[in-house]
Amino acid sequence: MTTRMIEVGYPVPRFDARAKVTGEEKFAIDYSREGMLWAGARRAGLAHGVIRSIDISQAAALPGVYAVLTRRDVPGTNRQGIILKDQPVLAGRKVRHCGDPVALVLAEDRDVLEKALGLIAVDLEPLEGVFDPEDGLRPDAPLVHESGNLLHKAVIKVGDARKALGECDVVIEDSFEVPAQEHAFLETENGLAWQEEGGRITMVVSTQAPFRDRFEIAHALGLDVEAIRVVSPCLGGGFGGKDGATVQCLLALAALRAGGRPVRMLWRREESFSAGYKRHPVRMRYRVGAMRDGALHSIDCRLIYDTGPYAHLGVEVMALGMEHACGPYRVPNTLVEGLCVYTNNPISGAMRGFGVCQASFGIESMMDQLASKLGMSRLDIRLKNALRRGDRNGAGVTLVHSTGIVPCLEALGGHRLWKQSAKWKSEAGPYKKRGVGIAAVSNAIGYGRGLPDSAIARVDLTKEGKIRIYSSVADMGQGNSNAFVQIAGQILRQDGSRLEIIQPDTDLAHPSGSSSAGRTTYTYGNALIKACEDLREKLVHRATLLLMLDEPAGLVLLPGKVKHLPSGEEVPFELLGRVLSETDRIAVKEFVMPVAQDNVDSAKEFKLGFPHVLFSYAAHLVYVEIDELTGKIDVKEYLAVTEGGRVINPASFDQQVHGAIAQGLGYGLMEEVLTERGKILNPDFTNYIIPTSLDIPDITSVCVETEESTGPFGMKGIGEVGTNAPLPAIAGGVEDALGRRIRRSPLTAASVLAAPGGKGATG
Amino acid sequence: MKISFYLNGKDTCVDVPADRKLVSVLREDLELTGTKEGCGAGECGACTILVDGHVRLSCLMTAAQAQGRRITTIEGLAENGKVHPVQEAFIENGAVQCGFCTPGMVLAAVDLLDRNPDPTREQIREGLSGNLCRCSGYVKIVDAVEAAAGKIGRGKSR
Repeated sequence: MTTRMIEVGYPVPRFDARAKVTGEEKFAIDYSREGMLWAGARRAGLAHGVIRSIDISQAAALPGVYAVLTRRDVPGTNRQGIILKDQPVLAGRKVRHCGDPVALVLAEDRDVLEKALGLIAVDLEPLEGVFDPEDGLRPDAPLVHESGNLLHKAVIKVGDARKALGECDVVIEDSFEVPAQEHAFLETENGLAWQEEGGRITMVVSTQAPFRDRFEIAHALGLDVEAIRVVSPCLGGGFGGKDGATVQCLLALAALRAGGRPVRMLWRREESFSAGYKRHPVRMRYRVGAMRDGALHSIDCRLIYDTGPYAHLGVEVMALGMEHACGPYRVPNTLVEGLCVYTNNPISGAMRGFGVCQASFGIESMMDQLASKLGMSRLDIRLKNALRRGDRNGAGVTLVHSTGIVPCLEALGGHRLWKQSAKWKSEAGPYKKRGVGIAAVSNAIGYGRGLPDSAIARVDLTKEGKIRIYSSVADMGQGNSNAFVQIAGQILRQDGSRLEIIQPDTDLAHPSGSSSAGRTTYTYGNALIKACEDLREKLVHRATLLLMLDEPAGLVLLPGKVKHLPSGEEVPFELLGRVLSETDRIAVKEFVMPVAQDNVDSAKEFKLGFPHVLFSYAAHLVYVEIDELTGKIDVKEYLAVTEGGRVINPASFDQQVHGAIAQGLGYGLMEEVLTERGKILNPDFTNYIIPTSLDIPDITSVCVETEESTGPFGMKGIGEVGTNAPLPAIAGGVEDALGRRIRRSPLTAASVLAAPGGKGATG
Repeated sequence: MKISFYLNGKDTCVDVPADRKLVSVLREDLELTGTKEGCGAGECGACTILVDGHVRLSCLMTAAQAQGRRITTIEGLAENGKVHPVQEAFIENGAVQCGFCTPGMVLAAVDLLDRNPDPTREQIREGLSGNLCRCSGYVKIVDAVEAAAGKIGRGKSR
């Protein structure tokens, strides 16, 4: 650590950067223990079928195989799932997607493991599958679960949207479709677990929700929650895909059967594709009505989410998508219907943008078309309808907190890239077409109603005189740990050499929910402020005593000490650390996020996760150039204007904005999990292409600061909002260039050539 | 099979099957976990190492191919506790997020600057295009390599 002062509001280099550039940082994947076994799952390989038999005899007889387990060996309920527990740890009766695990092998090394997995003979009776959510809703559709294929149906209703459409000057109608996207974090799902003497299980695992994992494991395997300790080192990426059990239950099961030996489970890249979670494929149909002056009057839409074979967070993803389906706009009449459908496709779940990415493509494409129809500029129609503080949004919630979409759009409109767009388009070279697209988006923060969004922070003065933060929300790369170090540095006035942070360990820290929902820094940061203020008071008061002063006035914290300014006397932290009792050195404080106070009288179908009251906002602009001969779309310039309250670290802020855009550009231009009868056709980086350094342009990131009075130092989470805009912005830019809209993502050279106006249609 | 090579400035000898993946030798047998494995198929670049100073993917190499070579992993880049200018630039320019691609990215940048001490941003993008990063959008990584090139250049001209 440096001796630089660590403060809020400055681009302080991340405290974890040094360990990460030298390779010292240990991710879960880097942990090992003496005598370690390797565990691996035999996957179904078939999307839907009844298990007739599983013959493990050959695998079990292979030298080096320690154990082979099937459903019969699972104690407890064998059921996992964050809210609805419909996913087996090991499938016993039937398989519902190709990645379902049917047997678990424990072996001495990876080679034996792979060989043994191949020797397990699984006899499956194929069943007709559901591979399209709309097919799954037909009365004669095969059933993924006996309860029926409709996992959830909900309606958000404000005013009377259908009647209001009749009152509009213009009504437009269109449909859109988006496929599944893979998280593609570089560190695949993995962990290391062992049983301590006495039976307790310790697990070091790449996870976004260490505290919830204990409940998942306990429920699935019939264990006591307190009998499980989860440690979550820095993650090699998460993006939502490690929110929920991946290896956890299988690994705990393996540890229970390993005779006290440590066990490692590491999903291969192909396994990560087939068994891991995906961004939901969604089909959307929109009807949007407006008045002649461009004012939105009514939105009637229907969104169908393909959630795959298990609920995971499907209902909550849909809820958030529906909540954002009318965009960051004021719309007096809305009707948003959502259907979340089980299929035999890969499992859909949480991913950065959490349902909002998909809906943003729908509503923003409609706004572009409305602008054309009314002869307005794309910017003006958005500004005309953009939400302001005090407005009610499309879900009927009054925006009582910071609401910055108007300043985002104004900053975009004032930027040279917007002002020069006509000129830039006119300068396209031969066989090139150019277009400019924009998008306005928002993203809710926090869990929403139905579940308190709270965090408990702990900060200590160690015996050695250091300030140590016990984080309880995982750092998957977004830099929340660094924000915590800055917050502690700011309040306790310390430099880098005095500050330490411990990554989440359920034995040391306090439950604070998951690292997700744009809540990580907001919620824990707020709790940490309180804890640091408490610790500061304790240290000052104890120093008052040690210096035998009348009162604490005149005492301040400085790096490594408390100083009495009037007398110049000092108490070093080392001394305080030695003499204070443990309880005096520890501060623990809790924070609970505010929720919407409106009595929203629709969408009662959502027990939790709806509605929200805090949002971040962004307006993006993209320059696209299309090669008429090849159809290739090049992103030439990218501007992102983001409002997320105050900024704790401008460098981290830009990191999040850039990264969200890169994932959004991948989603918009190249990424699609291709399946055939539920089997993934591109389960590796050879065939599933994510953006390289050659695909992402230099990005201009502009920050519009507002003050979020409930946020730590005025901040809101901005990790997700930037993912929502690239796809609609690109689609708008491509339409601007070609004169035709592409309604399905990703927008590839093939889709350009197939679109009328592309070469394929004209030539 | 006994295989000897010069690893991070030290003579090293391992006794492993000749066809064992070099990345496993480094990570598991020698416990040099700074080298990462992200795909096992030569697509992601997380396992990048330097072999005789040139970028190679250790997931596509066998242990036998290391015989007699000079190998540098991320752990061997700092000299006398002082990080390499590329590492310093990654820290200072915010080029590190989750950090999983970072060791490979840093080594790829070191090799790039060795071959081309004064690259344009486009040349940096080309030079790093074999290393995937899912967090950053690459902008700050390119900034860092540009900054490192300036620093190294100034150091040499003195």
